[in-house]
Amino acid sequence: MRSARQFGTLIGLVLLCAALWILTPHFLTVSNLVNVVEQTSINAIVAAGMTFVILSGGIDLSVGSIVALAGVVLGTALQGGQPLPLALTLALAAGTACGLVNGALISWGRLPPFIVTLGTMSIARGAALLFTEGRPVSGFDATFRAIATGRVGFVPAPVIAMAVVYAVAHLVLARTTFGRYVYAIGGNEEATRLSGVAVRFHKTMIYGVSGLMSASAAVLLTARLNSAQPIAGINYELDAIAATVIGGTSLMGGEGTLFGTLVGALIMGVLRNGLNLLGVSSFLQQIVIGAVIVVAVLLDTVLKRKHRM
Amino acid sequence: MGDRPPVLEMRGIRKTFPGVVALDGVDLTLEAGDIHMLLGENGAGKSTLMKILAGAYQKDAGEIRINGSAVEIDGPRAARDLGIRVVYQEFNLVPHLSIAENIFLGELPARWGGFIDWRALADRASALLLDLGMTLDPRALVGSLGLAQRQMVEIAKALNGGDAKILVMDEPTSALTSHEVDHLFALVERLASRGVSIVYITHRLDEVFRIGRRITVMRDGRQVTTTPIEQVDVPELVRLMANRDVSEHFPKTRVARGPELLRVEALSVPGVLSDISFSLHAGEVLGIAGLLGAGRTELARMIAGADLFEDGWLFVDGTRAGLRGPADAIKRGIGLLPEDRKTQGLVPGLTVVRNIALPHGRRLAPFGVLASGCEAEMAAPITRELRVKATPTQPVRLLSGGNQQKVVLGKWLAGDSRIFIFDEPTRGIDVNGKVEIYHLMNRLTARGAAVLMISSELPELMGMSDRILVMHRGRIHAELAGSTATEERVLSAALGLVN
Repeated sequence: MRSARQFGTLIGLVLLCAALWILTPHFLTVSNLVNVVEQTSINAIVAAGMTFVILSGGIDLSVGSIVALAGVVLGTALQGGQPLPLALTLALAAGTACGLVNGALISWGRLPPFIVTLGTMSIARGAALLFTEGRPVSGFDATFRAIATGRVGFVPAPVIAMAVVYAVAHLVLARTTFGRYVYAIGGNEEATRLSGVAVRFHKTMIYGVSGLMSASAAVLLTARLNSAQPIAGINYELDAIAATVIGGTSLMGGEGTLFGTLVGALIMGVLRNGLNLLGVSSFLQQIVIGAVIVVAVLLDTVLKRKHRM
Repeated sequence: MGDRPPVLEMRGIRKTFPGVVALDGVDLTLEAGDIHMLLGENGAGKSTLMKILAGAYQKDAGEIRINGSAVEIDGPRAARDLGIRVVYQEFNLVPHLSIAENIFLGELPARWGGFIDWRALADRASALLLDLGMTLDPRALVGSLGLAQRQMVEIAKALNGGDAKILVMDEPTSALTSHEVDHLFALVERLASRGVSIVYITHRLDEVFRIGRRITVMRDGRQVTTTPIEQVDVPELVRLMANRDVSEHFPKTRVARGPELLRVEALSVPGVLSDISFSLHAGEVLGIAGLLGAGRTELARMIAGADLFEDGWLFVDGTRAGLRGPADAIKRGIGLLPEDRKTQGLVPGLTVVRNIALPHGRRLAPFGVLASGCEAEMAAPITRELRVKATPTQPVRLLSGGNQQKVVLGKWLAGDSRIFIFDEPTRGIDVNGKVEIYHLMNRLTARGAAVLMISSELPELMGMSDRILVMHRGRIHAELAGSTATEERVLSAALGLVN
């Protein structure tokens, strides 16, 4: 049934592409498709972390703010003349640390994920603004910018980054005990605890993964914009949750796949791109995207109900 | 009697659940003003019968008459309209609302525009409480009340609306002190004298004789007897509850008792368990009997590290085991088959293989990376031995109850558990599945493992246990040898009677 659901999302993506192909000649060109995937990469990477969290039965609202905070850490370090590897390490460490704090408060503090990450969302955003006094940190050297602008053949570097992230994350989910515990905790936390699994430790790590993914997205974003902005990443949590949910992951936890999330992120990317090509106003776009999220989940629920009967 | 039809007649009520006949043609008759005691062991069918009366379950066959005319009770609403009210064991009150709001929840008096008419609400609540002889302030928050007072509010809530004809009370005194019980009984008598018929479910025999007028004993989904209270005494009741064909066969094989594997010393938890001490030996099945709330499941969970205790000691293989969680217990070879496999035993969305491998992640993958197929390899001999009827990659939620239970068992067979704690291992499982589990217990003891089995099914306990500990209100009330135990002796001890 899980694979049937993935298949459905994929069919949705194909149908959407077919419709756009008919509606506009500009959609189905190599350069536009590459462009769409590149545009999608940042949301897709954040959504990969979100998938870990949602699979485990949680939610992470702080991802967008962590993108901003990790970005300004990176930007400030680079402007301060730190070597690139150190700056990257600092940024990723900052994002991971935010996630681990989320996870520790949720696991050991027994607080609801919604509340904890809502708090972190505000705290991380405030920290990013305070740290930069509200100003963007701009202008980096070409080596760093190549992270976003470089290409291997005709494939943009962010697309490669996204592919690597998904490949690694997939292996972690499918082939490690940690991955098993993500599903098990989301499926039945008490049964998992009674099986001797260190549930609190693993939940903490899950939010750490989400933080790490947000920081990775921040690296791409900063390189692409050639600027680290404390107001970056606003509403990223909504896009990431949407991609995960469209991809078939249950908000109750325990069921879903990374592949689904990737397709979900692509659906959102293709939809935005297509609507732009068609000249649909950005206001109307928001309505369309919102409707797609609701319809996708509605279809999912209706189909599942039929299966149960 | 005679000229007026009874308030309630239930005739030939039958109800089956998958694999179990819960009620097999039960009759129950209530006269106006009756205080009718409903007795039986756990699982005898008392609650099922009352749920059918309350419209929570639908009967498969049988007839219900109220004041002589046949009725269909197709839901809680219909039952309420017929004057049937139920006070359940677990309270259904909203702690942050006042007594008055709780009593009239769902039918709050409103003024134009939906604003609550507070004065009317307070008046109606005061009138009702006064009428019932309850000295409670209707404005007090339910959250600030003690258990006995909440019970009163629950009763008032059940009785509001005036036309209550039948009041069902499911073990209403289980949380009350003796003084509070006196209050409750006075209220019950008062209601009965007004013509309300009361069905009173209880495990306490002393209560039966204090307020009961007639009594129905149930056993295994059947009604054993209905009789006026004057015509029975305590030994007779125990015999009626316990007596059954002793022809049921259990495939018990006895094994020479080996060294002590587990010892519990002076384990106490205030209000739950007091001074529990016993030991469990290799090759032994130690049964634990007791009624609901006797503390059996709590004890099982503490030994398995699921809940923590402060007073008392646990020794495994003669050395002290300080458990800080389930992982510690598993390391010492203790495996728990929990009471409720769905909420505690299984991850329903995971496959058979992954559920079985779940406790063994560390062993399968010391560095966290699972070699391809290693979980399937671990699970294969287990599913074969247990004859789990499912493909290894099926999510366990699609399996039948018996097969799900086998998967939970498989989790511990796959490891090196030697102390198995089975909490109601055959609940909701069909006969064949039960026999398979009994055979498995034999194999475990033959291998030198030990089994601690909690069960509410007395034949199973007596048939499979080498020894039986009987718990009553958090204490071990008696220890019986499996070969000499009779149902009457176990039941008497479980009821707290001296034997």
